[in-house]
Amino acid sequence: MSTLKVYVPCDAASRSMGADATAHALAAEAARRGLEIQLIRNGSRGLLWLEPMVELEVAGRRHAYGPVQAHDAASLLEALQGAGGQAPEHPLAHGPTEKIPYLERQQRLTFARVGITDPRSLDDYLAHDGYRGLKAALALTPAQIVERVTASGLRGRGGAAFPAGIKWKTVLGAPGGQKYVVCNADEGDSGTFSDRMVMEGDPFVLIEGMTIAGLATGADRGYIYLRWEYPDARRALEAAIQAAYQAGFLGGNVHGSGRPFDLEVRTGAGAYICGEETSLLESLEGKRGQVRFKPPLPALAGLFGKPTVINNVITFASVPIILDRGAEFYKNFGMGRSRGTLPLQLAGNVKRGGLIEVAFGMTLREILYEYGGGTLSGRPIRAVQVGGPLGAYMPESQFDTPLDYEAFASRSAMLGHGGIVVFDDTVDMAAQARYAMEFCAIESCGKCTPCRIGSTRGVEVIDRLVAGENAGAQEVLLRDLCETMTYGSLCALGGLTPYPVISCLNHFPEDFVKTKSAQASA
Amino acid sequence: MANDSRRVIPIKVERPSSLTDGEQAAVQQACHEWQDKPGALLPVLHAVQGAIGFVPADALELIAKALNLSRAEVHGVVTFYHYFRTQRGGRHVVHLCRAEACQSLGAAALERHAKRSLGVDFHGTSADGAVTLEPVYCLGNCALGPALMIDEELKGRVSPERFDELMQSLRAEAR
Repeated sequence: MSTLKVYVPCDAASRSMGADATAHALAAEAARRGLEIQLIRNGSRGLLWLEPMVELEVAGRRHAYGPVQAHDAASLLEALQGAGGQAPEHPLAHGPTEKIPYLERQQRLTFARVGITDPRSLDDYLAHDGYRGLKAALALTPAQIVERVTASGLRGRGGAAFPAGIKWKTVLGAPGGQKYVVCNADEGDSGTFSDRMVMEGDPFVLIEGMTIAGLATGADRGYIYLRWEYPDARRALEAAIQAAYQAGFLGGNVHGSGRPFDLEVRTGAGAYICGEETSLLESLEGKRGQVRFKPPLPALAGLFGKPTVINNVITFASVPIILDRGAEFYKNFGMGRSRGTLPLQLAGNVKRGGLIEVAFGMTLREILYEYGGGTLSGRPIRAVQVGGPLGAYMPESQFDTPLDYEAFASRSAMLGHGGIVVFDDTVDMAAQARYAMEFCAIESCGKCTPCRIGSTRGVEVIDRLVAGENAGAQEVLLRDLCETMTYGSLCALGGLTPYPVISCLNHFPEDFVKTKSAQASA
Repeated sequence: MANDSRRVIPIKVERPSSLTDGEQAAVQQACHEWQDKPGALLPVLHAVQGAIGFVPADALELIAKALNLSRAEVHGVVTFYHYFRTQRGGRHVVHLCRAEACQSLGAAALERHAKRSLGVDFHGTSADGAVTLEPVYCLGNCALGPALMIDEELKGRVSPERFDELMQSLRAEAR
């Protein structure tokens, strides 16, 4: 009989719910029972409400149990021993992992390996189609690689959705010797964690994607700018980079091609604005993370003034499969001008939160109810914020919006990095609008006036509006201020903060007059 | 006036550094490791804070010198980023998430509870020196909120009761 494989995720979200203690308990309990097991710390499958989700591999098939706390280890292994080679029955059993509807209905391209492989093992990566994209790229000219990425329709997954191929083409065509590849891993939007899950659960795919970007554009040096809030991701990336160097996938001679590519991780220091690409470049250069004027584009004058490809984690992580399976394969997923898949992150007050990678085009309602199962509190959903702190709050009447960049834009909303935060009917939307302005004030880099001063004035105006001080005039003032911020700010922080504010005001006006009615009824 | 013509007005008063020998060595080690690499300042500051627990004012001069920057430039960077501390903190730093996903599950109530039970506001350290409380805007644990991070350990579904348990275990540690 072969050794039984037991999977316990090493993902930070899973660890935050006790996965380490579960792993220790399983190992100790197995030893006590004389049961030989191989404990593998995989990434998370993204069924986060089941974390720590343990998988037992029985007859070559993985079966899910969760949430498994340390005190469940004994009963789980006892059931296993009594099951006679079958998947053990247990109150925490969810059947074969692949058959869990939440997972079965997804189209996992970028997340194909996350939760399946051991993220520390390069051999595991190679055994699951790893580095096939790079090998395909090495047979192509730089222009052909760029052409494939362009043809796939891949758009930047950081939020702005700019076509990745066009950006790469600009860098390829830019004159000058030294060029750089920079990964924006400063995933600061609340409600998003897909970058973190890839970096912790399949770090090699990011390294492979960045290496391909280097080959495509003639850049021989890459940096991953990672937020400090992700220490687990930093350890995973550093271990993977070291393994890639040792195996010759990084360094002076990438996979025997004679072409160099070096990669290192740099850590941010708690500044939301550094998710903005020019601010990130300033920070990488060792400066205050202040936004730059554009033009020049980073593709022409980026890091240290050199041509730079800068993309989000998910963008780079989607590149290997495009090179491996072809542009057409990827392009056949999606709708309209939004091609491929988007790893959505369902978060906040939701019963079944997690990572949902699906083709563009599914509606918000399907995600919220069929996947999410409604709120965790059991109360009705009142609003969802899509696209992070700069995304609009959407009311129930907009839940049939398809998940597509253009469909969201036409409703004065944005899909952004794919985060969906659910709120139940106890939420105070005036407080959410106020927080949006407060957050902008805290995180503003201070370079432009509408953002730096407008955000502080915005908090004050909302306070007066809610207090009922000449409310009609305050609302006019707030809308005027938002217009100034939208059109007068240098970057998306000041420019998009009005999205959540105005959406609260338009869709939930009753929350802004509550003090007045409370006063009247008192 | 003529009598004063030879008086030397010092442009910089040398004052003794408040850094201990160990701290000074840590700063020099960080500078030595990074000074030849591009964009070295953030990595140096991380290394200094990692070794000493914060970035002391007297470290700025040394860092500036090593990286060929002005003290003002280094000061400007230290104060721009929320993560860098300029004062010594407690034995543990607790970063409490204030962002939307955690708000939807009661982060504001947890924040009030945390401040009350520790007897501090944000950036403050509990009287016993065990815990410094800091705000943070997203820890990437948005499906399992409210979230916080103790040093580098992420925690999810933190109710006020769970918060108290976690704090109790930090305070009970050997000093």
